[in-house]
Amino acid sequence: MSARNAAARLGRLVVAVPYLWLLLFFLVPFGMVLRIALSDSATALPPYAPHFDGFSQLGEFLSGLDFENFRLLGDDELYWQSYLYSLRLAALTTLIALAIGYPLAYAMASVSRRAQGLLVVLVILPFWTSFLIRVYAWIGILRPDGLLDAALMGLGLTSEPLRLLNTEAAVLIGMVYSYLPFMVLPLFATLQKLDRSLLEAAADLGATPLKAFLTVTLPLSLPGILAGSALVFIPAVGEFVIPDLLGGPDTVMIGKVLWNEFFSNRDWPLASAVAIVLLIVLVLPLVLLQRARLARGEAA
Amino acid sequence: MSARDDAAAAGPGKRKASPGSVRRAFQPWNDPAARPLVSFRNVAKRFGTVTAVDDLSLSLYPREFFALLGPSGCGKTTLMRMLAGFETPDAGEILLDGVDITKVPPHQRPVNMMFQSYALFPHLSVQANIAYGLKREGLPKPEIDRRVEEMLALVKLDGLGKRRPDQLSGGQRQRVALARSLAKRPKLLLLDEPMAALDRKLRESTQFELMDLQSELGLTFMVVTHDQDEAMTMADRMAVMSHGKLVQIGPPDVIYEAPANRYVAEFVGDINVIEGRVSAVAGDLVTLESPVAGTVELDEETLALKPGEAIFVGLRPEKISLSHDEPEQGVNKVAGEIWDIGYLGDFTMVQVMVGGDDGHLLKVALANRSRRIERPFAWEDKVWLSWDVEAGLVLPP
Repeated sequence: MSARNAAARLGRLVVAVPYLWLLLFFLVPFGMVLRIALSDSATALPPYAPHFDGFSQLGEFLSGLDFENFRLLGDDELYWQSYLYSLRLAALTTLIALAIGYPLAYAMASVSRRAQGLLVVLVILPFWTSFLIRVYAWIGILRPDGLLDAALMGLGLTSEPLRLLNTEAAVLIGMVYSYLPFMVLPLFATLQKLDRSLLEAAADLGATPLKAFLTVTLPLSLPGILAGSALVFIPAVGEFVIPDLLGGPDTVMIGKVLWNEFFSNRDWPLASAVAIVLLIVLVLPLVLLQRARLARGEAA
Repeated sequence: MSARDDAAAAGPGKRKASPGSVRRAFQPWNDPAARPLVSFRNVAKRFGTVTAVDDLSLSLYPREFFALLGPSGCGKTTLMRMLAGFETPDAGEILLDGVDITKVPPHQRPVNMMFQSYALFPHLSVQANIAYGLKREGLPKPEIDRRVEEMLALVKLDGLGKRRPDQLSGGQRQRVALARSLAKRPKLLLLDEPMAALDRKLRESTQFELMDLQSELGLTFMVVTHDQDEAMTMADRMAVMSHGKLVQIGPPDVIYEAPANRYVAEFVGDINVIEGRVSAVAGDLVTLESPVAGTVELDEETLALKPGEAIFVGLRPEKISLSHDEPEQGVNKVAGEIWDIGYLGDFTMVQVMVGGDDGHLLKVALANRSRRIERPFAWEDKVWLSWDVEAGLVLPP
């Protein structure tokens, strides 16, 4: 029986590895960021106070921590408006990516196996170039008298430049472009697994092709829709590079605010508070979703 | 009064008479006035260079239990899928109840199919699976609920309506698939390898249940299978298919005892095929000389044979007797040596080498009527095979 015990111990050890990883590289840094967020900005190195000077001054150290930075986030409308704006833009990005990605993934899942391999490679292909360069390329396309304007005016569709660059539309275009593969790939994976005989069964029982799609394909691809949406929405909320390069003064996303607080204002505590609130905003809905799914799984 | 009515009168508790060869009175295919429910007229279908169905014509009659039997790739599944509407014929037409349905899409056909994989919707409960087709018809909710309960009772799954397909056993899933395909009361139910995923015991009981259900509901069933036992047990008529053509259509006993040719004889059941040359024809009695089996006499009514003609003769293993002593009859016997004995429980399959070591292996089936462990025959025994004049059948190539 000792062999079985040893195997059980080994099993626990293997399970412990990812937890250890999370502890070391997520929880510990998170604790450090939280501690900075509770501190005050100071002209020092590192630029915050109080500093931890050993356990003898622990009480003094703890009394120096407060929630002032978080209060400021609520009081100054710049911050919560940036949060709302980021959430809105990320939601819009997710919806557009879904609207483009679903038909794309559906078409990919419908072709032959060999063609599927090629199409997957094509979806991944942009990752072979730097993300930054691809966003820069959009500047060339969107700027006044850029490639897009030249094409549209050359075709006689518009008579003057569209002035897309440095607008919200440019940020949306850039984000949808950048995150589309993260929507397409999980959708493709679920749609490809879908048993075609289910659609035949639906047709056999009197469902029109549209009805069969709505009652069979769509509900069965829901996990793919959720996964793809999460993969697009979460990084899109905190996106910094795209609004910085393609956006204008109006497109103040929270990632840009964070960057400014950290590097321009050197206000580490406030920047840390911004990051922590962002994390809570993103994690809370995921936790709720997971709980709802577990509850539903138990009910079934 | 038909055999079916007798069955209904048998009362509860007792197994009702099954269709198949027992239902002697039910022979609409021999009645020129009978109107077929389904007619394939010169239907053809190719996939690339492969001809799946080749200029095929076939009629099914109301309340018939029809089985399509054939090896994989013979076109039987394509034929069924054309009836369901999943494939369109390249040529010919398909009539259902006198209406041309060749170009009607699947969702508008009054035909339902039970899929080999069952194709149950994994995200819907058993109830919702069964209700799916009824909802598409736009029936009012109370009516749908009533029909679902009725179907669940019919397939003996009462109380399991709230479960999801992955919470059911294989046999239960099969019943849900059946209930779902029956819920819309189709004129014709197609069953694609309905028993393929069930174990042997369950398969047997399900076959009988399916037959009861079919006669109870008065429906027309068409089942596609590669399992001849299944086809023979259930069907009123069966068709043997090969390379996109129907080789023979008939009741199971006719297919087995009077196969149209060597292909059917070898596909359905076990058979010994021996070559011979006709030496005399006297009325129904045909005499032939075989290098394997000596002088063979057989009763053959239908074929016009001439002396000198080379033919194949089929002998079913269970129609051959085995003895240590030479039988008294003058013909239809041959000596040999036992090469192999396969004990199968209900019967024993003995392989006998006739005509020396490089001769011909003949199979003989012996029913195991007694529980004696000591068998009367052993390996390397010198034995005699003999058979009646009715046993042999002439097989056109």
